[in-house]
Amino acid sequence: MDRLARDSLSIGVATGVYAISFGVLSVAAGFSVAQTCVMSLVAFTGASQFTFVSVMGAGGGAVAALPPAVLLAARNGIYALSLGGVLRAGRWRRAVDAHLVIDESTAMAHAQDDPAARRRGFLLTALAIFACWNLGTLAGALAGGVLGDPGALGLDAIFPAVFLALLVPQLRTRAVVRCALAGAAIALVLLPLTPAGVPVMASALAAVPLLRTARSPRR
Amino acid sequence: MSWTSVLLLCGAAYALKLAGAVGAARASGSGDDESADTRLDALVVPVIAGLIAVQTAGGDRAIVVDARLPALIVAALLIWRRAPLLVVVLAAGGIAAGLRAAGYG
Repeated sequence: MDRLARDSLSIGVATGVYAISFGVLSVAAGFSVAQTCVMSLVAFTGASQFTFVSVMGAGGGAVAALPPAVLLAARNGIYALSLGGVLRAGRWRRAVDAHLVIDESTAMAHAQDDPAARRRGFLLTALAIFACWNLGTLAGALAGGVLGDPGALGLDAIFPAVFLALLVPQLRTRAVVRCALAGAAIALVLLPLTPAGVPVMASALAAVPLLRTARSPRR
Repeated sequence: MSWTSVLLLCGAAYALKLAGAVGAARASGSGDDESADTRLDALVVPVIAGLIAVQTAGGDRAIVVDARLPALIVAALLIWRRAPLLVVVLAAGGIAAGLRAAGYG
């Protein structure tokens, strides 16, 4: 197993443990095992699913639960937009690939140097997470509260560390570093002010100077 | 819970991904193909940076400093020292879990 496969698998396993707590939470919130599994298979976007079942479980109803969940899912659209060279051409292939666009697969793809490795990193991470996320969801939904609080296991601290590890290889020029810092700053400023989902999406605004210049950050 | 709400979530989540994927195809189809791809690439860097910030310091509409921050700092040092991802993951998780077990954050 090479580095890319190993890294993808470790992210998959960490995500799988998180999925167990999603399954537990969703069933506790009143969703059936089937509904819980359909969410993980079809919506397949973690933060959004957690928010959705939490608000529904608190009695908020779909009108209260859908907007924040959809807002959190919206960044996947930005990711897909950035993955033009990684997603396969052809209507159906692109439609299948679009389903695999999540935080981790996007970050893994962009952390690679050449197009073949980017495609492979995207696919390996997406498939490892898809398998673990859905198995974990099913296990959690069936077994109930076997696992403690993911926070006590330090799982919530794993994800920012993973994303940092995947971001660093992309910081090749000063302009890109400034763009990353500006993105983090925008998110932190908006964090107390806006609903969940908005801060991360608004970070994309920091890319505007790079998008406007003809020179790509990758050359 | 109703299936309608579940299916609405699923539909919306997929539609957003598909919209981005179709948008990317349009962008690279419209003339200067490769440069459109590489320019849209730039979107990811600040979004991932924002995601790291929110996952590290995000609370319920507040900035929260807890065990996640020292975990990220140690992770950053390990990344700088070019440690394998698995080591970074185990260190970050272990430090956050340890600090919490000790009553911090």
